[in-house]
Amino acid sequence: MSEKLPGWKELTAGGVIEKAGNASEYETGSWRVRRPILDRNKCTSCLICWVFCPDSSILLEEGKVSGIDLDHCKGCGICARECPLKDKAIVMQLESECEST
Amino acid sequence: MKIVGLTGNDAVAEAMRQVDPDVVAAYPITPQTELMERFAEFVSDGIVKTELVLVESEHSAMSACVGASGAGSRVMTATSANGLALMWEMLYIAASCRCPIVMTVVNRALSGPINIHCDHSDSMGARDAGWIHLFSENSQEAYDNTLQAVRIAEHPDVSLPVMVTLDGFIISHTLERVEILEDEQAKKFVGDFSPKYSLLDVQNPVTMGPLDFHDFYFEHKRLQVQGMENARHVVREIGKEYGALSGRDFDYFESYRMEDAELAVVALGSAVGTARGVVDELRDEGKRVGLLKLRVFRPFPRREIVELLRGLKAFAVMDRSNSFGSYGGPVFSEVRSACYGQGLELPIVNYVYGLGGRDTTFEDIRRVYQEIEQMASSGKAPDDIRFLNVRE
Amino acid sequence: MKEVLAIRWHGRGGQGAKMASFLLAECALEEGKWSQGFPDYGPERSGAPVRGFNRISDHRIDIHSPITDPDIVIVLDDTLIGKVDVCGGLKENGICIVNTQCDPATMRSRLKLNGRRLFTVDATTIALDEIGRPIPNTAMFGALAKASGVLKLETIVREIQKRFKKKFGVEVAEQNVKAVRRAYSEVKGE
Repeated sequence: MSEKLPGWKELTAGGVIEKAGNASEYETGSWRVRRPILDRNKCTSCLICWVFCPDSSILLEEGKVSGIDLDHCKGCGICARECPLKDKAIVMQLESECEST
Repeated sequence: MKIVGLTGNDAVAEAMRQVDPDVVAAYPITPQTELMERFAEFVSDGIVKTELVLVESEHSAMSACVGASGAGSRVMTATSANGLALMWEMLYIAASCRCPIVMTVVNRALSGPINIHCDHSDSMGARDAGWIHLFSENSQEAYDNTLQAVRIAEHPDVSLPVMVTLDGFIISHTLERVEILEDEQAKKFVGDFSPKYSLLDVQNPVTMGPLDFHDFYFEHKRLQVQGMENARHVVREIGKEYGALSGRDFDYFESYRMEDAELAVVALGSAVGTARGVVDELRDEGKRVGLLKLRVFRPFPRREIVELLRGLKAFAVMDRSNSFGSYGGPVFSEVRSACYGQGLELPIVNYVYGLGGRDTTFEDIRRVYQEIEQMASSGKAPDDIRFLNVRE
Repeated sequence: MKEVLAIRWHGRGGQGAKMASFLLAECALEEGKWSQGFPDYGPERSGAPVRGFNRISDHRIDIHSPITDPDIVIVLDDTLIGKVDVCGGLKENGICIVNTQCDPATMRSRLKLNGRRLFTVDATTIALDEIGRPIPNTAMFGALAKASGVLKLETIVREIQKRFKKKFGVEVAEQNVKAVRRAYSEVKGE
């Protein structure tokens, strides 16, 4: 990383973070080894994956699962594990086997 | 201005009444107990609007103070000895989160064997926690320092917690003459607190106390150092402003009869009163002696102190706490280190005194001056730490 | 050193030595002086020997040590004599005031007073008569005022009225004032 970090005079006292919700700027998607693959034809939008996802990475549109936020998904696989369908609507696949996004 | 008879504990409680802080969270411990009892009466009687949080330990007390401060409140508390020790973790949190909390520490020996009487081992142990330390000689100064501490802590250039100490029992439980400001004067002096952030301000949400790793932690610590450095000029400015209001000026220290002094003692707390009497008596005998009463221990006024000590032939530093295995007590280490490379070629000696409330008499301090007089004539400093008034 | 008058009270836990030292300090402040009042602190319980201390001066008082060489000693309980060195360190021209039923001459033989002045008063009986409780501390203020002139009787009366009224009510305040006045007139010296 060649990013230049700020010096101490540019920081806030006590390390206060003045910008709320700035965690979204940190793209944790780069940590991912396995990627969740969503099959929208099988998905019933029961939203169990949305409830369980620790990174708020299940995307919704009008209450229906519309995709996965790959910028932040860390690939933990909880969504795939918790999908209640016998024939899972989300399966995990190694990143190396995926087409680049 | 009003003249009243108050114990040290009462005097601080009076200052707290006048400040009327938003939140006080505290747990009782001897010899601080009466201070909080008195303040709790003000709360129950509706004399102050303070939210008094009665907690189950000092760790919780300081935790509640940090939380309340983060919410943007003006926060005060008080403790002693083992209570301060139980706050340890939170002392560092308060300072590093830049919470301008004002805490009275009624100095008491930190066990063991268990002892409830005065020495400075409790607050001196906390000297590296990042708090500003103001020492008080008597009830008057405990009152004066408490009011000033609020202003120093909350100054935007500082934003750090302040510890105001007074000697347990010797001052906390002695009723004496105290001049207090009229309520309006005191309230006007401390003013309103306008915090930069408040966790309760939902329109401007912020995160306090976040995880801070090797890429930023050091910079935040450097910034904290700057807050403490800025306190140097703030302490002085507030001291002058308070002096104009009360007639009692405050600075880093009080120098007593130092103008042409050849021998001096550096001390802090109530023993200074005794030393002042000794200086007067020795001056009457024609000896050129002086006294330096340290008020601000953190930030330590190293440059200013060296200038005062420069003209001496020998001096002693009195420590009411011990630093085991170190060469001398905390005050001695600071003063002696400050003298390094400043061209002071003179004997400097450390006396540890008054541990666990051991009385330090007029004769004890006279002996200190006699011994440094001998050192001045021989030009040699002893290699040992001296323990004043301890039985062999 | 600046001139400071030092007083030491001897009593037993519960007889009001601490309260007496605080009240005396407040009386002195009322008279425009500088003063200190403080007790000994430790594991004292009801009945244990305790001490109270006062310093009074026209100037600021710097010293905060316990008093070892008092100008005045006040003994609230004569059963302490022989057990506690009540007159220890009492100055050559000092005064000792004892709450006792003994007359001054008998009391003098029990204390090592040499030339120091001695006053006695039966403050416990006075307290029982006037207040209904054997707490002799306020009565001793009457004896102190008469014997030493350190405080004016009227200052003591006014302070007791003011402070006791708030804490204990008018009736108790007036009972204590009576005890003070009686001790002032009944104290015997030699």
